[in-house]
Amino acid sequence: MENRPLEYDYTVTKMFMFTTIALGIVGMLIGVILAFQLAYPGLNLMLGEGLAEYTNFSRLRPLHTDAVIFGFTLSGIFATWYYVGQRVLKVSMAESKLLMFLGKLHFWLYIITVVAVVISLFAGVTTSKEYAEFEWPIDIAIVVVWVLFGMSIFGLIGIRREKSLYISVWYYIATFLGIAMLYLFNNMEIPTIMASAPDGSHVGGNWWHSISMYAGTNDALVQWWYGHNAVAFGFTVPIVAMIYYFLPKESGQAIYSYKLSLLSFWGLMFLYLWAGGHHLLYSTVPDWMQTMGSIFSVILILPSWGSAINMLLTMKGEWQQVAASPLIKFMILASTFYMFSTLEGPIQAIKSVNAIAHFTDWIVGHVHDGVLGWVGFMIMAALFHMAPRVFKREIYSKSLMTSQFWIQTLGVVLYFTSMWIAGITQGMMWRAHDEFGNLAYSFIDTVTVLHPYYTIRGVGGLLYLVGFFMFAYNIYKTMSARPVEESELQSASPMGA
Amino acid sequence: MDIAQLQAYGYFALTVFLVIGLYGYIYHLYSKRKNSDGVDYEEYSNMALHDDIDDTPVASISDDKKK
Repeated sequence: MENRPLEYDYTVTKMFMFTTIALGIVGMLIGVILAFQLAYPGLNLMLGEGLAEYTNFSRLRPLHTDAVIFGFTLSGIFATWYYVGQRVLKVSMAESKLLMFLGKLHFWLYIITVVAVVISLFAGVTTSKEYAEFEWPIDIAIVVVWVLFGMSIFGLIGIRREKSLYISVWYYIATFLGIAMLYLFNNMEIPTIMASAPDGSHVGGNWWHSISMYAGTNDALVQWWYGHNAVAFGFTVPIVAMIYYFLPKESGQAIYSYKLSLLSFWGLMFLYLWAGGHHLLYSTVPDWMQTMGSIFSVILILPSWGSAINMLLTMKGEWQQVAASPLIKFMILASTFYMFSTLEGPIQAIKSVNAIAHFTDWIVGHVHDGVLGWVGFMIMAALFHMAPRVFKREIYSKSLMTSQFWIQTLGVVLYFTSMWIAGITQGMMWRAHDEFGNLAYSFIDTVTVLHPYYTIRGVGGLLYLVGFFMFAYNIYKTMSARPVEESELQSASPMGA
Repeated sequence: MDIAQLQAYGYFALTVFLVIGLYGYIYHLYSKRKNSDGVDYEEYSNMALHDDIDDTPVASISDDKKK
């Protein structure tokens, strides 16, 4: 056997980079279609009456949310884990045949699960729980995929050369543990073939169908404990893991305060799990729980801003890099949007603000400045940083990357500003009444007023999608761009014109 | 003692515990480097900056085993 020097093995990273891009395109494309369907309802029938079942808003909506959460974002988390994990633990996947096998198995089972999810959601098979629509056979497959992810994390940690765990590794561990706990408890369900009615008769139904073990207010509480913490452990914790590695590495700057990163980590872990109640303000949930949700949401500003400010201060004295490198631009804007949405969220969670904001488009706007500005930008930046290292080639085009940055930034700004206006308008109109308490507007009045903002939102989403295609093309062309030496890959990524 | 009173004592005790925990942890972060074998946490940033497979680890597992 030839005696080659040990290298990091990015096979599994590359596989998940591919699904990050492919599922990102799917999820965002469906999102843009949905946005235009809201502005122009005729688009619900875009493929004709016969296929309306598959093209209407309600059928496509879970496909959008699940494709961007469990497709794009999760693939990005897996891709970066298999990259960052090896590097900060200073151990190669090539050193363990078992870990390599588990990594590949992780990928292929993930693909099978994605196919099952897409088919079942298109067919209208759903448990009707938001972000947890999958029926029990798919839930079991997801648990297996997740356990494989965990085996990879702890397997790599087990054979590491670096004694301590870098801050990003802590965040990846938290992602694994957090989602495992949330997913299991929220998806406690009973297949209907095993259930019987109170009178003892058999319930039956499709073999794949199940009902939740919780009902009524309890179901809502568990659902939003899950739903909000899916944001925590899917959209926050692993993305913070990414920025703590990729920003220092790309800029060549040490983290401004490593101690602050640790303090923020434990702060986030302690606080986030209690905040889910803010989704159920003014509902049948006990009042103290609603208040607790509000209070914990407001305190959450501290650890969130702790991480975000830590990242911005990491650039201290090196701000010229933000002007010079589009890759740093993506990460600095991501960090800024993280600050922005972690301030906006707590504001919306205050009861009196929520009285206007609840159920309106402002909430949709809030989610999207978080996911487009923070999650999307950070995952794309991570892929841009990883591409030259896994392909040993320079990034195909710097100017394409810069154009993409500005097009997508404009898209995000159009998205959240239109949704702010739409949401607050909606909230005010729903509440308006005359001196006798009669409502001043009917629902359709709000729909008419909101039409221009829905169109602007659609345009914003379309710009972001166009930018995503530019990103996909840039990564694709990077695979055949100018080869680079190892010495060019130390910090700032090499980029072609 | 009725339940409300018990809750109030519990709430107060928990708050004190959390405050001590928080400040204790901050004290730990700053004081650790002063010990003879303590680590300065700020050096941990180098785990990302020097992460080639043949770079020297900030603190190596194998060093630990030698002791």
